[in-house]
Amino acid sequence: MSNRRNFVSSLTRVAAGAALLASGLSAHAADTIKVGILHSLSGTMAISETSLKDVALMAIDEINAKGGVLGKKIEPVVVDPASNWPLFAEKARQLIAKDHVTAIFGCWTSVSRKSVLPVVKELNGLLYYPVQYEGEELEKNVFYTGAAPNQQAIPAVEYLMSKDGGAAKRFVLLGTDYVYPRTTNKILRAYLHSKGVKDADIKELYTPFGHADYQTIVADIKKFSAGGKTAVISTINGDSNVPFYKELGNAGLKATDVPVVAFSVGEEELRGVDTKPLIGHLAAWNYFESVKNPTNADFVKKWKAYAAAKRLPNAATAVTNDPMEATYVGIHMWAQAVEKAKSTDTDKVIAAMGGQSYKAPSGYTLVMDPTNHHLHKPVMIGEIKGDGQFSVVWKSKEAIRAQPWSPYIKGNEGKQNL
Amino acid sequence: MKPLFKNLLATLSLCLPLLANAALDPALLQPLAGDDPDARVAAVARIAATGGSDARQVLQALLDDALVATPAGQVLIVRDDQAIDAATGKALPVPDGADGVVVNNRLRGAVQAALSGLALLAPARDERLAAVHSLQAQDADPAQAPLLRQALARETDTDIKAQLAQLVARADLESSDPATRLAAVTALADSGDAALRPQLQAMLTEEPDAALRAAAGATLRAIDGRVARNEVIGNLFYGVSLGSVLLLAALGLAITFGLMGIINMAHGELLMIGAYTTYVCQSLFRHYLPGAADWYLVAALPAAFLVAFAVGVVLERSVIRWLYGRPLETLLATWGISLMLMQAVRTVFGAQNVEVANPAWMSGGVTVLGSLVLPYNRIAIIVFAALVVAAVWLVLNRTRLGLFVRAVMQNRRMADCVGVPTGRIDMMTFGLGSGIAGLGGVALSQLGNVGPDLGQSYIVDSFMVVVLGGVGQLAGTVLGALGLGEINKFLEPVAGAVMAKICILVVIIVFIQRRPQGLFALKGRSVE
Repeated sequence: MSNRRNFVSSLTRVAAGAALLASGLSAHAADTIKVGILHSLSGTMAISETSLKDVALMAIDEINAKGGVLGKKIEPVVVDPASNWPLFAEKARQLIAKDHVTAIFGCWTSVSRKSVLPVVKELNGLLYYPVQYEGEELEKNVFYTGAAPNQQAIPAVEYLMSKDGGAAKRFVLLGTDYVYPRTTNKILRAYLHSKGVKDADIKELYTPFGHADYQTIVADIKKFSAGGKTAVISTINGDSNVPFYKELGNAGLKATDVPVVAFSVGEEELRGVDTKPLIGHLAAWNYFESVKNPTNADFVKKWKAYAAAKRLPNAATAVTNDPMEATYVGIHMWAQAVEKAKSTDTDKVIAAMGGQSYKAPSGYTLVMDPTNHHLHKPVMIGEIKGDGQFSVVWKSKEAIRAQPWSPYIKGNEGKQNL
Repeated sequence: MKPLFKNLLATLSLCLPLLANAALDPALLQPLAGDDPDARVAAVARIAATGGSDARQVLQALLDDALVATPAGQVLIVRDDQAIDAATGKALPVPDGADGVVVNNRLRGAVQAALSGLALLAPARDERLAAVHSLQAQDADPAQAPLLRQALARETDTDIKAQLAQLVARADLESSDPATRLAAVTALADSGDAALRPQLQAMLTEEPDAALRAAAGATLRAIDGRVARNEVIGNLFYGVSLGSVLLLAALGLAITFGLMGIINMAHGELLMIGAYTTYVCQSLFRHYLPGAADWYLVAALPAAFLVAFAVGVVLERSVIRWLYGRPLETLLATWGISLMLMQAVRTVFGAQNVEVANPAWMSGGVTVLGSLVLPYNRIAIIVFAALVVAAVWLVLNRTRLGLFVRAVMQNRRMADCVGVPTGRIDMMTFGLGSGIAGLGGVALSQLGNVGPDLGQSYIVDSFMVVVLGGVGQLAGTVLGALGLGEINKFLEPVAGAVMAKICILVVIIVFIQRRPQGLFALKGRSVE
């Protein structure tokens, strides 16, 4: 009996020792705080996403230089899902389950985000998503630092209908054939209806990914524009934009006749384009590199120096853009939230994220909404200049709260307070 | 903007005879630096109304983003870091805190309208023509009529005269005098301008005068007829243009696959190499010969041919020559090569697309039949494709090399027996096919993106053209490319771009089932 008691007590001691050892080990492993960076560094999306990976690393360097978070350095784990949507889910699982990252910064296309969602929910991870999107989504484990439709698409159309935007009466909704343009156009059509624009004055056109022959479409736009003041709302994604804009320029459709406002064309995408024929065409974002304020001057300077120091490809022509700003803000807010929660525990960080604020390069202090996990963001309309930059011709007075569930889609009426 | 534009033109027509060259009043310029959009547009109109060369200079500077304002409200023209006071014309250093005057589309439109108004009476023909075109693109306006009439009376060029007469008629449509309206409506019957439709349509119901209503109806029908005809001509042109792009992409493949039986999956990357060579030529010209930068294309053509030729020869000597007669193995090997070439380009030039600009002489387009614009770059590519086809035909049918190529392809052993160096001919043929792909790459760089993935988007199209045309047939390739282009462009307006692509594939599947050998029957090595 006593033997047995001895045995039990020694077993307890061993177990306690093992536990101690284990906790010691894990304490050792937690000298750093790991975060995952999940952006395509190859494949079709590499063009846009590579700079997001780099700006994330820059932000992490910056935080580490100031001592890291909770007194520990941040350790980035970079993976490449290669523009392959199922691979995004796999890599996310690997980051959370194997590398034990405390948060993931990543994704660009909506389809990649949708593939990652179930994994993040299942393993109770954290995802920071930095790109404007079509809305209709709200997840506890995701923080959206890009724009919802009411922070980009709707104000852009309002601008086009205003006197300064050209008082457009007819609209061509032109996009790449996939979920983001189709959903956005559904919202826009409903919005235009609410403003009294008839279906006869709306033309919806789609092209496949990678489409390069825009002759017929430009001729179509031209014909349509004969019926009244017309504006084009482009949700063309990726490098199809280049042949489209080239064709526009050569066919003589100038921005003063038929302005085109784009939702996915930024400074980075224009790096491969001769912008002289495109002067005056528009883009709507929450940030432009050309925004003038000290925070942005600092941000742009830091990025250019970083690109040069790390010898990034084309470092000489490095530019910043909206999703880069959103990535940067996301990482800094996450660091603040971890400091506030005094823990990297997912639920505690989520609780601490609500109400976080950060002075962003856009010149506004952005606040994370505690209910809908979207940032309150300012809206800016920029016109393309000859040097590939944008001049901001309109911006909202203050940051706008996101409406992830568009009031213009049927069935969303009950979700407006989210 | 419209009433302001009216004022502007009215003022202009009054003061045109006395184009004085007076210095500008700073008070005129000041609103430009302000925030009030209406005041800014009004300021443009008032500045233009002074009519002098100073006004033109300021307005042009505004268009060129060269106008800056100091915090004190002084407006300066800054070019090459040299500032001059817009009001007095005095040179001065660029002051601190000076900031560019923001120009938006509305202001830009007003400035362009003002400048075209000023240019209507310019001495140079081109300037007047450009002014007329620019006015054509804007809404018709009765207030334009006096200025346009004055310009019409002075005009000597018949072409410009005809267009001015149309502009006058367009402006007269809303005149209060029925006789003027009737004359305008009748004069517009010659126009193919679809933009007039809404106005004429409105006349059909609103016009009190029955004769005018009838005339408006007739003009409307005439315009509709012209618009419909233009549309058909436009589609034909777009089809030929798309066809010539497909042809340039596929022509090199017609030689390597068609004649030699190599399923060359790296064909697209040879196109890409041609496009990147164009980019390198452009960069070299910009760097060393900035004055002649627009002529980089002339150097790019031989360069792209030679570079792609060289790459082709290296491929043939190192990999492909061991695989003749085993098409499936060439498929795998060349696919691997295509991946390596893409990665190599990515390493050297980066994953980003690079910028290849159209030379100035290839930008823009020529307006035909009123509303149809044929872009210069498309026309250039059609001509270029025709020249390349002619050259390939000549090489294959009129040169010793071509004779040998055909001999080797038809009967290798016999050719060998009579002393044709078959190994070298294989090398040269593959090199020729690759070189032509390089030329295709130069053309593609003028239309679309130049990036590491360029070849991927054309490889399927290229095989489609060659298989449809009949393997080994130059004429088949030409007909296949043009046919696909035309079918696509006549389907697209009806079915949309996505459906058009699917329809084309269905058409090809059905056609290949009916005629497995394509448009023309098969000859050459793969028959064996």
